Amino acid sequence: MSNFNEIPKETSALGNVKNDPEHKLYDDESHTYLNDHDDHDEQHWIEKYVFSTDHKMISKQYLLTAIVMGVIAMTMSTFFRLQLAWPGKAFPILEVFLGKWAPGGVLDPNMYLALVTIHGTIMVFFVLTGGLSGTFSNLLIPLQIGARDMASGFLNMLSYWFFFISSAIMVASFFIETGPASGGWTVYPPLSALPQAMPGSGLGMTLWLVSMTFFVISSLLGGLNYIVTVINLRTVGMKMTRLPLTIWAFFVTAILGVLSFPVLLSAVVLLIMDRGFGTSFYLSDIFIGGQALEQSGGSPILYEHLFWFLGHPEVYIVLLPALGITSEIVATNSRKPIFGYRAMIGSIIAIAFLSFIVWGHHMFITGMSPFLGSVFVFTTLLIAIPSAVKVFNYISTLWKSNIQYTPAMLFAVGLVSTFITGGLTGIILADSALDINVHDTYFVVAHFHIVMGASAIFGLFAGVYHWFPKMFGRMMNKTLGYVHFWATMIAVYGVFFPMHFLGLAGVPRRYYSIEAFEMFNNLVDINVLITCFAIFGALAQFVFLFNYFYSMYKGPVASANPWKSNTLEWTTPVEHIHGNWHGALPVVHRWAYDYSRPDLENDFMPQTSPLLPHEAEAAH
Amino acid sequence: MSSQSATLNNTAWDGGKSPFGVSYGKMMMWFFLVSDALSFGGLLVAYGFMRHKYPEVWPDPSQVFTHFPGTHASIPLAYVGLMTFILILSSVTMVLAVEAGHRNDKKEVEKWMLLTIIGGLMFVGSQAWEWYNFIIGSHEGALRTVFEDGKWIEKTIYGANLQYNEYGLPVFGDFFFFITGFHGTHVFSGVVINFIIYVNVIKGTYEKRGHYEMVEKVGLYWHFVDLVWVFVFTFFYLL
Repeated sequence: MSNFNEIPKETSALGNVKNDPEHKLYDDESHTYLNDHDDHDEQHWIEKYVFSTDHKMISKQYLLTAIVMGVIAMTMSTFFRLQLAWPGKAFPILEVFLGKWAPGGVLDPNMYLALVTIHGTIMVFFVLTGGLSGTFSNLLIPLQIGARDMASGFLNMLSYWFFFISSAIMVASFFIETGPASGGWTVYPPLSALPQAMPGSGLGMTLWLVSMTFFVISSLLGGLNYIVTVINLRTVGMKMTRLPLTIWAFFVTAILGVLSFPVLLSAVVLLIMDRGFGTSFYLSDIFIGGQALEQSGGSPILYEHLFWFLGHPEVYIVLLPALGITSEIVATNSRKPIFGYRAMIGSIIAIAFLSFIVWGHHMFITGMSPFLGSVFVFTTLLIAIPSAVKVFNYISTLWKSNIQYTPAMLFAVGLVSTFITGGLTGIILADSALDINVHDTYFVVAHFHIVMGASAIFGLFAGVYHWFPKMFGRMMNKTLGYVHFWATMIAVYGVFFPMHFLGLAGVPRRYYSIEAFEMFNNLVDINVLITCFAIFGALAQFVFLFNYFYSMYKGPVASANPWKSNTLEWTTPVEHIHGNWHGALPVVHRWAYDYSRPDLENDFMPQTSPLLPHEAEAAH
Repeated sequence: MSSQSATLNNTAWDGGKSPFGVSYGKMMMWFFLVSDALSFGGLLVAYGFMRHKYPEVWPDPSQVFTHFPGTHASIPLAYVGLMTFILILSSVTMVLAVEAGHRNDKKEVEKWMLLTIIGGLMFVGSQAWEWYNFIIGSHEGALRTVFEDGKWIEKTIYGANLQYNEYGLPVFGDFFFFITGFHGTHVFSGVVINFIIYVNVIKGTYEKRGHYEMVEKVGLYWHFVDLVWVFVFTFFYLL
């Protein structure tokens, strides 16, 4: 690599390498990796496995925490699905897990609300935000841009541990006398603002708020790191237009988080003031048990505005990483360049921008002016354009390609499917005239579970199957992967497709039982069907869990580049080393999607291969 | 191969270096400030929302904040003008500290950092005084409907707290205390951070390091806190 001598001197100033002895992994005079010969100098296990500053270990910590949280939230959903299908029936298993919250095995109504609330909170924030961004931004940003580590390993470690504390507090709220927060995952006041409103509005709600405050800190520390690392630490030749689409997605996601979570923080601190200090930001004219409350002058609508200003970008914080992962996996396993690389970047940025000006579509029935509503209808429908660009680009990439059906690829294609299905109902919900009819019904539940829940979790699974060899140096079992995919896919549609019909029939979400309403009598059977699919889907996840933990120790050892992929992470050694690459950092000469080149013996061309003689870089 | 590698570093964004020539720490500070700006943005927009909801009965700030130390005369907004001036002056001294840092002039950095800290403390003290007067209220008080022992009654109220407000809507007081408190917390933490950096300057930490970038980073934070105050001041006192 003769050209390596041409690295400008500033390289060494990246991330203050000169001044920070901890980061002195790499000698910029001789361009060698300093720790190469003292690998026997082992770290203490606490430094290596617990308070690690290495991005690969932190990524695994995030994934493991997210899996634990995911199992908890999934179990909750099967519990409340039991109640919905067979209202009031005794299930001894409920008493085993929930104790006094399910006396005789019948789920307590307050606990039902708590389960729904915490299921939503954990899935949205802890699995699909922390789990998805935390795992894959940490793993892939340094590896795919050619960096030794994140810009600040220390802040990265703090980010994980704040996430861990936040998760622990959220779970701990199940072990208090009055139970966890029960006002829905959006914690609207006044239910969330008045400790006496319902059992879950007491200490459980306080713990929810404390947990979310830690979560915002974790997300901020992580996001700052991701942004700065992508901007500052790309290796030589890694132009922004040569970045894999995964990195573009993580980068824009991090910017979304840094811009939207602080507004949630504002909303939450005002809520804390209302709860504990007698202010009336969100409260006015309230009676509890016939008693008037002194708070007056505030507005719960104010909370909704602040909350959804975060809440809508949050949808894309969840979704964009999954879409980025899909781009990478679809291109690799189609053995074709991704179709419309720049259009993909443009659509990521467009979606991110639009996500900040559509929050009002969550609030059509709050009494907002119909004119303002129509503005939000317009901006919301605009999102369909970049979303459709992405979908068409996936389909065009898949079209007539040489598809390699790995489990990761199946989940990526599954994401494309759910993204289309859920996207179509999104167009319906974006339109206020239609949305008002199905607002707060199961139609909405079906929509967001398919477009955001299922799509994002498919992205997460795709990522785990695809990068498992990079994380653990071993391969996951393919057959179990297929079983897992098809069972999950069938369960997702089996659970959420019938919900559209419940919603169109007017069944409201979050109700403990719909038996009290005669008009819903003939719909109870649909709930039984949904619950059966939900239990089936939940059991299928144990196939994944077994595959994951078994393969971690007993899976076949992975080769360096098992999917014959172009990106930089497959040029690192299979065993993890601190600093990622032995010797010098790789130099990048081309984009990440040079697949199916007719002029080559191999059908792929890693980003590190120099342009061939007389080859001009493709204008992609 | 060498011909194309020569084309690799045409622009700042081609990789291998920071496109803005900025260390990661400074860039993180910038993005943190953007994030923090959104927090304040959320709070000020909430203030605007509520004010727009009650355009007729919103208290007039020039009748609320009329105190000035050493006199009982009513001088609207004079004291808040003075404390704003002090805060902006402390931004000037911070600029001078950063500039001295670029020259590696330890003595000068010490001097200007100390003045910045003093300016910050004066501002926090002034805010406490402003709060004190708002809480104490006027001699005459005002008749307001308040909630006591489960029912609404007419009562003379002096000053404001989170539940009552002599000058009008309690929500005005809620926002005033919360937003200026949130900002005051930022100023106070800024003073604490400035103090830590000041001690490091005296100990010669940055002289050994060869540069005073840490002073620059806390300087960014300090200017941000000043800038936010300009907005808080505009929203609460001028509009």
